[in-house]
Amino acid sequence: MGRVEAMLNLEDVNVHYGAIWALKGINLTVGEGEIVSLIGANGAGKSTTLRAISGIIKTSSGKISYQGEDISKTPAHEIVKKGIAQVPEGRRIFANLTVMENLELGAYIRKDAKGIKQDMEGVLDRFPRLRERIGQIAGTLSGGEQQMLAIGRALMTRPKLMLLDEPSMGLAPLLVKEIFSIIQEINQDGTTILLVEQNARMALQIAHRAYVLETGRIVLEGSAQELAKHEDVKKAYLGG
Amino acid sequence: MKKYLSTLIICLALAMLFVAVQVGISSGLISGYWVTNLYLVGINIILAASLNLINGFTGEFSLGHAGFMAIGAYSSAVITANLGLPFPLAVIVGMLAAALTGVLVGLPTLRLRGDYLAIATLGFGEIVRVVLMNIDYVGGASGLRNIPFVVNWPLIFFSVVFSLLLIRNFICSSHGRACLSVRENDLAAQMMGVNITYYKVLAFVIGAALAGLAGVLYAHYYTILQPRDFSFMLTFDVLVMVMVGGLGSLTGSVVGAVIITVASAFLQAIPELRMVIYAALLILSAVFRPQGLLGEKEVTINILQKLGGVFNGTVGSKQTN
Repeated sequence: MGRVEAMLNLEDVNVHYGAIWALKGINLTVGEGEIVSLIGANGAGKSTTLRAISGIIKTSSGKISYQGEDISKTPAHEIVKKGIAQVPEGRRIFANLTVMENLELGAYIRKDAKGIKQDMEGVLDRFPRLRERIGQIAGTLSGGEQQMLAIGRALMTRPKLMLLDEPSMGLAPLLVKEIFSIIQEINQDGTTILLVEQNARMALQIAHRAYVLETGRIVLEGSAQELAKHEDVKKAYLGG
Repeated sequence: MKKYLSTLIICLALAMLFVAVQVGISSGLISGYWVTNLYLVGINIILAASLNLINGFTGEFSLGHAGFMAIGAYSSAVITANLGLPFPLAVIVGMLAAALTGVLVGLPTLRLRGDYLAIATLGFGEIVRVVLMNIDYVGGASGLRNIPFVVNWPLIFFSVVFSLLLIRNFICSSHGRACLSVRENDLAAQMMGVNITYYKVLAFVIGAALAGLAGVLYAHYYTILQPRDFSFMLTFDVLVMVMVGGLGSLTGSVVGAVIITVASAFLQAIPELRMVIYAALLILSAVFRPQGLLGEKEVTINILQKLGGVFNGTVGSKQTN
């Protein structure tokens, strides 16, 4: 990955939650077209990193640049407009609204009615099960369908960079496989992906590169294949 | 085509209601007591619908409605009673004053959630009341008198229609969608690019302005204002109307306001039992219908058609849609 094409760049990013020092100088790069994975245990700072990128929490120091522009002080709703969409942990769909309304809200920042319609069709083609349930209240969907809806909703913002926070959480192995192959498809269609996962095995399978986080620090980085063979990673995250 | 038809039906129904009541009042068929209660129903509909915009649609639990109403009432009364300026100006000033206060209160407090926001807005309402009690210019505790009597049925009617239309159009717009997304999940709303602070404050300000309008009508009907009229009990009454009708249902607010106002009018005759029955009704509705009479649904012409079909025995015999 050439450094020049870096789409997203984190330089010495620190985040504090009150007295707790959650991110201790994170350096991270995501190149255009890549799938980059962040792996690590609970509380390592994976979700915090994503939230800092999408502006939901403020960084205490450091620089986050996206397509050459410093976005560390940009408010969350402006960051979405720049093309960064996040699929939050635990899906967080709008439970009392229909599948259709959820997707429409995904296109909230957009005004191009034609493009929205086109993307809606694209999402429904990608997730035929959502098409079947288009008028259903989203809270009544199964876990896997809700995850699909959350991804579909993020796609409706027409992102250049998609941040996925634990998309495999609470899903059956077969569904996890399905979700991951969809993530790969989305990537192949031209969306850059930064993926946070506890399921390190799956994450390393689809990622190009990966970072390992421990208590707020990046302890390892490299290509996904390298990391999958690395002794420490095997021991800690892949079960020997 | 069908949409125009239902709009036409609604307009016709409203016109008939307007004329029927106007004839009833002018001919004396509706007694003075019920005219008062009718106006009160109107004022309460505005209060309930505007509180529902904040609490039901945007999901922010505000208890400051009496405060905004008081600001609307007092500021408009100062315009007409103290300064002798015309009533239309008083309406504008009353609504603007309430809206402005909404911005000032909303910006800092809407960062709070749930219980904390409730307590902060409750505190605001009480502050307004105590401050008014200590300003001699508006009569202090003994109240502001000699406010011109301006309110009549057309004024009430069109104020209610204006308020409901404003809220309905807001909810059905993309702004309304944004408010709904804030209620459903503010983190996800943020991730979809919704400026959540803006929409929380916007809904709060529109709600406050309409509460101000209700205050203006109140002031110019009763012609006397006392700070104690705007105690926490008033907010509580409005909240009950919203809850009974259904949080997140505009037509529910109308139904709730009508039921509660008419019920308390009937219960006037037995004042010692009034609060007991009132409380019992609340408990019953909380146990058996916690989502309110209408839940989040709206009464529409389509539903009425279906209901009509039930009575005529046509639903079930043929599939609609």
